[in-house]
Amino acid sequence: MKINVDRERCVGAGQCVLAAAAVFEQNPEDGLVELLLPEPSQDLHAAVTEAELICPSGAIELQS
Amino acid sequence: MSSPDAIVVVGAGAAGATTAETLRRQGYEGRLTLVGAEPHPPYDRPPLSKQILSGRWEPDRIRLRGPEVYDRLGIDVRPGTAACRLDPAGRAVELADGGRLRADAVVIATGVRPLTLPGTEGVSGVHVLRTLDDALALRDALALRDALGEGRRLVVAGAGLLGTEAAVAARGLGADVTLVGTAPVPLLDLVGPQAAGLVAAVHRDLGLRFRRGRVRGVVGRGGAATGVLLADGTHLPADVVLVAIGSLTNTEWLAGSGVPVGDGVVCDGLGAARPGVWAAGDVAGRPDPRTGRRRRWEHRTQATEQAVAVARNLLAGAGARPVAPLPYFWTDQHDLKIQVFGEIAGTDSCHLVEGSAAERRFTAVYCVEDRVRGAVAVNLPRSVPRLRSLVETGAVWTGQPTQA
Repeated sequence: MKINVDRERCVGAGQCVLAAAAVFEQNPEDGLVELLLPEPSQDLHAAVTEAELICPSGAIELQS
Repeated sequence: MSSPDAIVVVGAGAAGATTAETLRRQGYEGRLTLVGAEPHPPYDRPPLSKQILSGRWEPDRIRLRGPEVYDRLGIDVRPGTAACRLDPAGRAVELADGGRLRADAVVIATGVRPLTLPGTEGVSGVHVLRTLDDALALRDALALRDALGEGRRLVVAGAGLLGTEAAVAARGLGADVTLVGTAPVPLLDLVGPQAAGLVAAVHRDLGLRFRRGRVRGVVGRGGAATGVLLADGTHLPADVVLVAIGSLTNTEWLAGSGVPVGDGVVCDGLGAARPGVWAAGDVAGRPDPRTGRRRRWEHRTQATEQAVAVARNLLAGAGARPVAPLPYFWTDQHDLKIQVFGEIAGTDSCHLVEGSAAERRFTAVYCVEDRVRGAVAVNLPRSVPRLRSLVETGAVWTGQPTQA
């Protein structure tokens, strides 16, 4: 699994951090998404899929 | 219920699209149809009053997923396909184009439409803002008047989130904008007095006028708007009018279906309206465990969180679990980013947590009897996770309240 995030679409709601804190964080300055693990291990896939689904702006894209 | 083998999701906004996607990701393998009245595939609405109206983004930027995603997931997406009836017995959705979709389960995600002012139908220059087409029509109306050297006086009736954001965007396009709302200052109940004060200052600096009042109707000549009339008798001249005074739920198509409708579709905590029929998003009236009342949320994050929960519950059978997503919204007002958790209206004290209104960045919590029920962050996104958890847990907050 490979993750792409679109910081221009991101609205800084922080939903992805709630779902998968090991993979996403919010930039302290602008609050927008920062990717910690672009290719997360298998045990994180469910949490990352959840983050993709609940992201309110469709800013997270997954490639499997 | 035994496992369904045909599910129809009615309404292809964020809630409907997320429901369909979650059903697949949860392993549902039966037929899955997503019908939407609008001619576009699922897209994101919050940018309509911001990046789309201002012209910073072109429409394809707000598409929620590329068509290849729906193809890969095996979701039959049908834009331009309104549902007109839900069959009470046969579990089928009848479509305005004459089609009929059999369904073992139906998810209602038909959302809301704008309230209008009486007598404004067909009057040119009067706009609403709910759909992509609405946003482009308003943007074009303002741009066209500019190109023709015509008047660009815009009156925005309604000073809520939509009205204020559209007013700011239109001002950025060079329109002469008057915002009319009933509260002493825009957004007062939604974001609290401190943040609303900053918003008012931003609006003033942008040259955006605010007029307290209620728009009663549109004045026109020859089928075109020339102004609005306020309830106190004041006439405000206008070339373009945006009506942003609230919404109506799209539930008429459920008449005769037996699905309970009040303020939206009446659901239980699982998101079910009755066996086999579910609802999510703006149209869903859900019990709120924080207040004990049933209510609807027209918030973007509610749409997705409710949708995920409904999809899971639909497939879970006896394992379904009630979910009450935490209320959250954000608004961008020029250079102010305001994020709100919970609810500020109805709280009895305010405590500044960090920063200050003078610095134009602060966070504050709002309490009912020392328990945090709402929180606001202005230009301080890094504090959002902490605020969320304070509201989520209903943390006890003691100390001297901040004066508004």
